[in-house]
Amino acid sequence: MRSGSTRLAAGAVLIGIACTAALIVYYVVGYLAVRPPAMAKRTSLTLQTVASLGFGPHPDWVSYLVKDANGRWQHSTVLTVPANSLVHVTVLQYDTATGLRNPFWGGPRGLVGEMKVDGKPTATLDPDLASHTFAIPDLGVSVPLKGVADNAKNQCSVAPCTLAEAHTTITFTFRTGKAGTYRWQCFVPCAAGFILGFGGPMQSVGYMDGYLHVA
Amino acid sequence: MSRLTREARLIFGLWLVLSAIALPLVVLVLGPHLPPGRMSSEAGAQTDANVVLTAVCTPIVILLAVQFGYSLVAFRARPGDLEDGPPIQGHGPTQVVWLVVTSAVVVALAVWGSYTLIVSSHGAGGGQGPNPDAIPKDAAQALQVQVIGQQWNWTYRFPAYRGVETKDLELPTGRAVELHVTSLDVAHSFWAYQLGVKADAIPGVDNIAYVHPRKRGSFMIRCAELCGLWHGHMYQTGHVVTPAQFASWIRGEMKQEALNLRYLPAYSRDYFPEPLRRAG
Repeated sequence: MRSGSTRLAAGAVLIGIACTAALIVYYVVGYLAVRPPAMAKRTSLTLQTVASLGFGPHPDWVSYLVKDANGRWQHSTVLTVPANSLVHVTVLQYDTATGLRNPFWGGPRGLVGEMKVDGKPTATLDPDLASHTFAIPDLGVSVPLKGVADNAKNQCSVAPCTLAEAHTTITFTFRTGKAGTYRWQCFVPCAAGFILGFGGPMQSVGYMDGYLHVA
Repeated sequence: MSRLTREARLIFGLWLVLSAIALPLVVLVLGPHLPPGRMSSEAGAQTDANVVLTAVCTPIVILLAVQFGYSLVAFRARPGDLEDGPPIQGHGPTQVVWLVVTSAVVVALAVWGSYTLIVSSHGAGGGQGPNPDAIPKDAAQALQVQVIGQQWNWTYRFPAYRGVETKDLELPTGRAVELHVTSLDVAHSFWAYQLGVKADAIPGVDNIAYVHPRKRGSFMIRCAELCGLWHGHMYQTGHVVTPAQFASWIRGEMKQEALNLRYLPAYSRDYFPEPLRRAG
C-alpha cells in the first residue's frame, strides 16, 4: 500500500505535467490562431512601415500596415491581389535606416518599370540607407525601402503615421503570376533588441512578414 | 535427420529462392529509382551506394522474414496445448557463422563506403569544412561558387566573374564546381537534392563541397536546417546547363548587376562578424 506522502508526491507530479501540457497547448493554439485579417483583393496597394506600432501586444515592434478600401490603415500583412495582373504598390516609409545585412538586396528586382523614391527613378539604393525591404522571393520581387534621415524633423513615433510626418515614398509595380499563396518578408535586420536583428517582428506574420494571396 | 535440420534446410531453401528472385529486382528495377539520381558524379556515387546497401541488406532481411514467418506458422501453440516448448540452448556454429558474416558485411561496407566518400567521390557532395581532405584532381580548374545563406533565401557569388552575386544558380556541365557555403546570420544547410550536395551554411565558416554536374536539367535547392519562420519556404530551383548557356547567363547577370556591384563587399570566404555590426 502506498503511503500518504507517496500519493501526494505522485499527485503533485501529475498536476505539474498537466499544467505544463496546458501551457504548451495554450501557446501553440495561440500562435496558430492569431493571424492578421486578410485584406480585400486590390490591384493597388498602399503600405506604411513604422518603427514602433504603438498598440497591440507588441507596441514597440517595427511593423507594416496596409490601407484598406475605405482609406483606413489596418494592422495586417495578409494581402490579396489578382492573378496575372500588374500590381501597383506605394510604400510610405516612416522608419530610419538600419542597413542591409546583404548589400545585394539594395538593387530592386522583379519589377515592371522603375522603382521611384520620392518620385525619382532609382536604379539601386545604397544598402546602408535601407530601412526595410518588400520582398516576395517566389515572384522574384525585392524592393529596398529608403529610410528617413536620423535627424529628420517630425518623425513618426507610433502608427498610423500621417503624411505630415517625415517619410519617404517608394512606388513600384510588379506582375503577379498564377494563383497561389506567396510569402513576403523584409531582409533588413530591423528588429531592434533581438539577436542579429531577426527575432520578434522579423519572425512574425503581421509585422515584417506576410502572405500575398494571388487569386 | 533431426527435425531441426529439416526445418533449417527448409528455411535455407526458402531464403535462397526468395533472395534469388528479390536481388535482381532490387538492383535492376528498384535501383534506378533510388535517390538522388545521376545528375552529377557525386549524386551517382550516392545512388550506387544506396543500391549496394539495399542489395546487401535484401538477403539479410529476407532471412529474418522467412525465419520469423516460418516460426509463426510451424511453432505456434495448438489449441489446448499446454506443454512447454523445448528448452532453448545456444548453437555455437550458428552463432559463429552469424557473427562472422554480419561483421564481414559491416566491415566491408565501411571500407567500401570510406573509399567512395574520400577517394572516388571526393566528399560525395558533403561539406568538408574550410580545409577539405577529399579534393578532386580537377579542383584547380573548378568553377568557384559561393553559396550564401540568409534568412530566408540563398544568393550566390562568382569570384571569377568580378564577384557578381546572383539570386539564381546555374552551373555548367563538364566542369568541377567548388562550392563555398556560408551564412550571414544563423545556421542553414544548402541541399541541392539532385546534385547530391548537402553542406551546412554556418556564419563565419567557409564550408567547401565539390560537385561535378554531368546532366542538364533542373535541381531542387532547399534549406535542411530549421532556421526560423520561413525555413519551409527557403527553396529554389537551380539549373545545370551547357557551358555556352552558362557563359551567356553569367554575362547577363554581370550586366544586370553592374550598378549594384559597387555596393557589394570584397569577395571573402565568409562575412562574419560584419553582420553583427548591422544587427538591430
